[in-house]
Amino acid sequence: MNQLSRSAESLGDMGNPVSSHRMTYWLLTPGVLWSAVFLFIPLMVVGVISFATRGTYGGVIWQFSLENYRDVWHVVYARIFGQSLVLASLTTIICLVLGFPLAYYIVRLSPRWQAVWLILIMIPFWTNFLVRTYAWMFILRTEGLLNTLLLGLGVITTPLDLLYTDKAVLIGLVYGYLPFMVLPLYATLERLDPAFVEAAQDLYANQWSVFRRVVVPLTKPGIIAGCLLVFIPSLGAFLTPDLLGGARNMMVGNLIQHEYLVARDWPLGSAISLILLIIVIAAVVAYFFVEPIRSRQELEP
Amino acid sequence: MADPILELVSLVKRHGGVLAVDHVSFGINRGEFFSIVGPSGAGKTSVLRMIAGFESPDEGEIRIEGRSIRGIPPHRRPVNLIFQSYALFPHLTVAENVAFGPKMQGMATGDIQSRVRDVLDMVKLTRKETRLPAQLSGGEQQRVAIARALINQPAVLLLDEPLSALDQQLRQEMQGELKAIQKRVGISFVCVTHHQKEALALSDRLAVMHQGRVLQIGTPEEIYGNPDCRFIAQFVGNSNELRGMLIANEGGSGLFRSHDLEDGQSIRVHVSGDVESHKPVAFVVRPERLHLSETIERSAFENSLQGRVEKVLYLGSELQYTIQLSRSVQWTVQVSCLSGRQKVWPVGTTLFVQWQAQDGLVLPL
Repeated sequence: MNQLSRSAESLGDMGNPVSSHRMTYWLLTPGVLWSAVFLFIPLMVVGVISFATRGTYGGVIWQFSLENYRDVWHVVYARIFGQSLVLASLTTIICLVLGFPLAYYIVRLSPRWQAVWLILIMIPFWTNFLVRTYAWMFILRTEGLLNTLLLGLGVITTPLDLLYTDKAVLIGLVYGYLPFMVLPLYATLERLDPAFVEAAQDLYANQWSVFRRVVVPLTKPGIIAGCLLVFIPSLGAFLTPDLLGGARNMMVGNLIQHEYLVARDWPLGSAISLILLIIVIAAVVAYFFVEPIRSRQELEP
Repeated sequence: MADPILELVSLVKRHGGVLAVDHVSFGINRGEFFSIVGPSGAGKTSVLRMIAGFESPDEGEIRIEGRSIRGIPPHRRPVNLIFQSYALFPHLTVAENVAFGPKMQGMATGDIQSRVRDVLDMVKLTRKETRLPAQLSGGEQQRVAIARALINQPAVLLLDEPLSALDQQLRQEMQGELKAIQKRVGISFVCVTHHQKEALALSDRLAVMHQGRVLQIGTPEEIYGNPDCRFIAQFVGNSNELRGMLIANEGGSGLFRSHDLEDGQSIRVHVSGDVESHKPVAFVVRPERLHLSETIERSAFENSLQGRVEKVLYLGSELQYTIQLSRSVQWTVQVSCLSGRQKVWPVGTTLFVQWQAQDGLVLPL
């Protein structure tokens, strides 16, 4: 009897977690299905097309070929890839340099002013990105706001050639993605215990050392999150380079769009898309693999 | 004061409109373990943070070895603070945490290493050098915090509620160790705590703070045995109290009478300060100075009051009786369990609470 009831108890113990696990799976299903249907399937389609052949009038001929992947290494495409990587990296660095002091400043404000600043940072999202990019065209063009202002102030004597250059693209990208840097930085800085900063000061660290040896290492997750959130979308950006960079300053995003919609070469466009995806994944994976090893080495005395 | 290493001169700090620190002055001697004790909000942490340099006083001055440290930022002050949360850098190992101060001061790597070894040896953490703070127990983290501060050989070491994060057992163990370390290194410690027992156990001298002011400074024996005011009598240890007035006072030996005692009995007291007769005052006596018995022993005790046992708590080393002396007066009496056959009077027993005149104090209201 005793044994029986004990085994019944243990059955009951097991029953509960199992049923709650089952519940968890049910709750996971919609999200997983959504991702599967709307992410993996289209991605598979793109993958398949990238190995097909372009038809004479733009269609896809289902004939296996590695031609597209060979074409990608053409010098023109490689240059666009290179320029995109440079622009995305610069965007990330500038956003970090601008975003860190901004986030650091916001965290030190009273909760009320923190809210005000965060809303100010997010307000641009309330308007369409296209409209905001047009606004930048108005600012950057030869007779635009910026040149008029600088000429009026006597800072420059001839108008700056900004619009339709890679500088304009960079400005546009930094403008567009700065909030994605500031918000994760704000989130980690906000959680940073002020006692760590004070402890470092108490242990003779000057402001720079406090920043470098305590604040940066302890907010690394936010820095990484911000950098990924800026780097990845700016690498694939096409609206900003299209409107602000003109025809001469293509990025990978424009190239893909061009292959799909203008050249009507879907297979090549698909191949470029996949290579872009692989670069991004490689960057992220490399980070996650390299980082723990490096930090372990740092720990050795 | 012979040779003060740290002096606070009429320090004032306002937070908003509130006077958080109200003209606080005291000096701390070389090699002294000094505690500032008081309830939360007494301003003691503010005093500590002003010494460390994280807050600046609105008035007054702080001097270290005779020199004012006004305007000197925290990272150039010859003091170190042990934070209540320890604030160990989570991304650095034990050794790196401890080495942080000397490294920031630009000491040579070889010197740092040998110093780190010495100081970790002193706090018995030699084998944990390569651990991260998160891999240590609470007591070990506390030791790292001590080592990280001591390695700099500060003029004064500041401790903010140093043992509050530890459980009871560990806390007592660390108390002994902290005191031993302090005596060994000979550095002046200034410790802020709301834990009065800890302050009594650790300190050479202590200051009691309340509402921004220092009420009394003295040795633990002075503070406990001869509190200046009712607040200290209540806050440091426990006290039984009666309200009433002195009806006679002749050369330190006085008579006290309270309306709260129904039979209007008077109590013989020893009057030390200048307490005026016929003005409302409080009479206080410590629970362990009281003696319980079934009969009056006039030869041993000048005072005796009759009461009824209301509650008995057995605390292992002692019995704690609550005695109802009158309708409105309840006193606590502690009886040490000196032998295993200590007699326990049950609830309802009528007893005499007795004590010597010199054990009671009369304090202004």
